[in-house]
Amino acid sequence: RVHSDGKPEKFQPPPKPVIIDKQRQREERRFLSPEFIPPRGRTDPLKFYIERRDMIQRRKVFNIPEFYVGHVLAVTTAEPYASEKASRFVGICIQRGGKGLGATFVLRNVIENQGVEIRYELYNPRIQVIEVLKLEKRLDDNLMYLRDALPEYSTFDTSMKPVSRLDNEEIPVNKLQVQMKPKPWSKRWERPKYNIKGIKFELPEKKMKEAQKWSQPWLEFDMLREYDTSKIEEKIWKEVSEELKK
Amino acid sequence: FALAPQGLSRRSVSHSFLSFASITGACRAIQKLTRVRVVDNSALGNTPYHRPPKCIHVYNKTGVGKVGDKILLAIKGEKKKALIVGHKMPGPTMTPRFDSNNVVLIEDNGNPIGTRIKTPIPYILRQKEGEFSKVLAIARNFV
Repeated sequence: RVHSDGKPEKFQPPPKPVIIDKQRQREERRFLSPEFIPPRGRTDPLKFYIERRDMIQRRKVFNIPEFYVGHVLAVTTAEPYASEKASRFVGICIQRGGKGLGATFVLRNVIENQGVEIRYELYNPRIQVIEVLKLEKRLDDNLMYLRDALPEYSTFDTSMKPVSRLDNEEIPVNKLQVQMKPKPWSKRWERPKYNIKGIKFELPEKKMKEAQKWSQPWLEFDMLREYDTSKIEEKIWKEVSEELKK
Repeated sequence: FALAPQGLSRRSVSHSFLSFASITGACRAIQKLTRVRVVDNSALGNTPYHRPPKCIHVYNKTGVGKVGDKILLAIKGEKKKALIVGHKMPGPTMTPRFDSNNVVLIEDNGNPIGTRIKTPIPYILRQKEGEFSKVLAIARNFV
């Protein structure tokens, strides 16, 4: 390049490249699936170790993506009696339960005005593909109240396109407040034991106050119920990530 | 089976005046006197009546009907056989659980009365293809 004067331009060193260490980003973004954490009890840790080995083996063969309650998933299972030997079900994950190899998750969808829920086992060999179609966490850990909510909150299109996700840090939290069908509900969701934040309660003040009668404010201070999983999680995370890298 | 229906005992009835506990049995899928929802497009199932269709007998050794069991229904003052295609009670894992107790009206020989079933039907019914082939033929969606 030459200036209008005819003199050559002063040498500008190239800008320093910004190195995004993807591995470090992934390490900072740790996600340990909740079924790896052993429940509190007096069982021999050897049992959990053997189970974890089997879980890791299955994960090496089949990719179980990271998902939380509130994500919309599409699961393809092998069905012996289906026409193409495989069946696909799309639904919102309303609950993740179980520990170890028996870990399950429940997907809910409304098909032809009929609500359907299927409980899938994460480590069942019949599952062929799990795709995450929509990534969003909700305000609660348990969306069982969707059964008593208006059906529009549980309907998801079967032909939704999967959302591409970059390896960035956050999963968006959807602060949706769901409208419910008129009472009676399957459970009294307004009671503090369920601690639900994702419902738009349109009940009169008197009913909400009456529900607070069942609150147990001493529970959060109960020391015998404490279960600190941070150290256990660290150990298991190291073990699992090392095994999966091999 | 996840449940042993004979093993489940009824909730105890307390005889004190203060507690008015219900004496109904534990939640058990479809049994006598359950209100069901007819999902095919038959005239008998879809015309409104002041009483909902109720189960009056389950053709089973235990009185509890699960998916694939035949029951006797009382609809519009008539008795009709029906096939259970889905219930509210959770069954084995990897099988669907519906939000209503669904039923398809059937003749004595197994022929369905309606001509179309829009609601999803579980794949497990295909196992007994011989008995329910005609019902499966009119079903549209499978889950």
